[in-house]
Amino acid sequence: MLLPWNATAIYFADRPSRLESFLHGTPRQIEGLLVRSLLETTQGKLDAALSDIDEVIRAMPNFKLAYLVRGDLLQAKARQISGFGSAPNAPRDEIADFQDEARVRLERYLSREDAPAQPDYLWQLDEAQRHAIVVDTNKSRLYLYRNDHGQPRYVADYYVTVGKNGTEKQSEGDKKTPIGVYFAGKQLERKKLPDMYGTAAYPLSYPNEWDKHRGKNGHGIWLHGTPSNTYSRPPRASDGCVVLTNPDISSLAPVLQDGSTPVVIVGNNPVSQAALKAERERLMGAMEQWRRDWETQNTEDYLARYSRDFFSEGKNFKAWADEKRRIQQSKSATSIQLSNLSVFRYPDGQQQMAVVSFDQDFKSDRLNSHMRKRQYWILEDGQWKILYEGAV
Amino acid sequence: MTRLRTPLLSLLLFAALGFPLVSHADELKDISQLMGQEQYSQALDKVNAYLAAHPKDVAAQFLKGVVLAEQNKSAEAIKIFTDITEKHPELPEPYNNLAVIYAEQGQYDKARISLEKAIKTHPSYATAHENLGDIYAKMASDAYDKALQLDRSNSRAQTKLMLVKELFSRSAVVASSGVPAKPTPTPVMPTLSSPVVAVAPSQPPAPPAVNPPLQSAVVAKAEEPAKPKVEPVQASADKASSKDKAPDATSMTVEKSKSVTAKEEAKVSKEDQSKNNAQEALLRAVHGWAKAWSARDVDAYLAYYAKDFKTPNGESRSEWEKMRRERIRKPASIQVEVLNPKVSIDGNHATIAFKQSYRAGINSMRTSKTLVFVKMGEKWLITQELANH
Repeated sequence: MLLPWNATAIYFADRPSRLESFLHGTPRQIEGLLVRSLLETTQGKLDAALSDIDEVIRAMPNFKLAYLVRGDLLQAKARQISGFGSAPNAPRDEIADFQDEARVRLERYLSREDAPAQPDYLWQLDEAQRHAIVVDTNKSRLYLYRNDHGQPRYVADYYVTVGKNGTEKQSEGDKKTPIGVYFAGKQLERKKLPDMYGTAAYPLSYPNEWDKHRGKNGHGIWLHGTPSNTYSRPPRASDGCVVLTNPDISSLAPVLQDGSTPVVIVGNNPVSQAALKAERERLMGAMEQWRRDWETQNTEDYLARYSRDFFSEGKNFKAWADEKRRIQQSKSATSIQLSNLSVFRYPDGQQQMAVVSFDQDFKSDRLNSHMRKRQYWILEDGQWKILYEGAV
Repeated sequence: MTRLRTPLLSLLLFAALGFPLVSHADELKDISQLMGQEQYSQALDKVNAYLAAHPKDVAAQFLKGVVLAEQNKSAEAIKIFTDITEKHPELPEPYNNLAVIYAEQGQYDKARISLEKAIKTHPSYATAHENLGDIYAKMASDAYDKALQLDRSNSRAQTKLMLVKELFSRSAVVASSGVPAKPTPTPVMPTLSSPVVAVAPSQPPAPPAVNPPLQSAVVAKAEEPAKPKVEPVQASADKASSKDKAPDATSMTVEKSKSVTAKEEAKVSKEDQSKNNAQEALLRAVHGWAKAWSARDVDAYLAYYAKDFKTPNGESRSEWEKMRRERIRKPASIQVEVLNPKVSIDGNHATIAFKQSYRAGINSMRTSKTLVFVKMGEKWLITQELANH
């Protein structure tokens, strides 16, 4: 029986203990059994594989991939197997979908990362953000982190389905999943939800400020569940949404009920960890310098922190600079405090960017204001510059 | 060879195993004969009467189970076979027959367990292995349906129907061959001439190397309960085309069978050498036709039909060809065997009556069929295809 994962399965053979720990992670139990069944299949242990897949089906009676695997195992016993998805007259594209699903689920297990880390996007979490999510569209995986004194700690990860046509959403109806930093809003009212969205749906803040500035459009990019007739969907099948199984989206309900959980959706842009750490420090430094220049009303140094491509609620750099120069002429005594800071590295393939959010307390003899602010920073010629600034 | 073995067929193995069938041969022979003629209620009466006198006769109990199964009295048949397995756990046939009934009811897990028990008693019991393979394939098909949500509702219903008829009523069904049943003016199907129990474990035709003689004997009879002589398609096709080859066991059998056929067929005059040639040509044609069908080689298959072939429902030739093409291409595999062909020749016209064993996946059935041929040039082509009841 020729299966595409034959080679990697050898790797598993000498590390059986990993599978045991894999099996006991809560959201992964079903997937763990499926993976074990697949691995047993590649080792020719058909009866063990069949027994495991039957356990999966007992637990999730609408898991289509599990049925396909069961079909293959039975065909193998009937000596009529021709490869993965041996169903006679099966639509080949559907089989390819199942094969992809089996592959990504298996690869998740076979990956050497013991604690699957994507937190290099989560540079700083603020106090209110109890959790943060990273969706790796390449691996069809959603990683959940909890906030440990501002630093992300891995909790769990889940299989997800993303856009039929891949990522980098540009426009309405392109069936692509956006890449960027978003926030999941409050759960949509369930009564109004058609079955295809499963048991729960949370809207994402696509398009964000940067998306809009670049003319990206479309709407209704959600995190949601699966229709009742299936446990899971193929890795690439949605209209752009990030789709979880119903049990998984339910298990995320306590996390997502915050109504502002950061969701960083990433594509394929590997970056060296060491370089990232340095950039994070430099960005933090640049922010502090920006705050101090503003506090001391050192307007020209302050404005030097802004990119020439700066945009803000209808203003470009010139309009922004003119206004700041006018207001800050008097150089009145000013105090500026930033708190509740969150920093996310932006998953942009072309440039180094970051999204920061903070509470800003501005006090001068003329004005006291408190507001939540968001900035997009961009690395230009080795300097972190502000690309966007606005109220949240 | 790999279709689900029916209870009746297993009876043969039962007899072949030397169970005391022979000692009461006459009475049980009568019962078997009645069964062969599908007179099940009479057969049941007789077997009940026999069992009243010989309540512990396992062979008679088994026979009763078979009769009940043939009558679709599944619960009663299951009870009898279960009783036999309890008293004689060493016998594989009751397990096998239980499995066939369970499979018929869609209880594949039970069928599987039962077959595994049969194999446990006799690890080389080929029938049980074949049936088990079919059960797995059927279970796989169910699993695939759930995975792919294929709409097989139509074909599923059809499958069941065909299985019922095949397993228990043994009447001619042609649904899966795509040719609607059509009564023929004269019954061509020969009546059962020899009772099944009288069949001695005789010369097996081309036994698989791994099978012990006993099983082969069963296989041989399973092909054609009414006749001890069997022509597997391949063997007889080979034979027909290579008469001069060194006679091996297979060709001996075929040879014998052919001469029997020829003798029985009054219309074929032995003296008429040209008719013998024609007979050979016709046999070649019918086996070639079955072979093309089995190979799902539609073009070769259609080439056996005359231009003026009388389509079964009077549809146009192209419509009929289209339908045939679809039906033949659809299953992953097809096995068609022509059993016991009888040739009648009248000038440039001829008929071949035979039993057709058809199998596609788990669907299998036995049909009595008559092909009407016309000679066009050197070739015999089919002008009509009739299913007999």
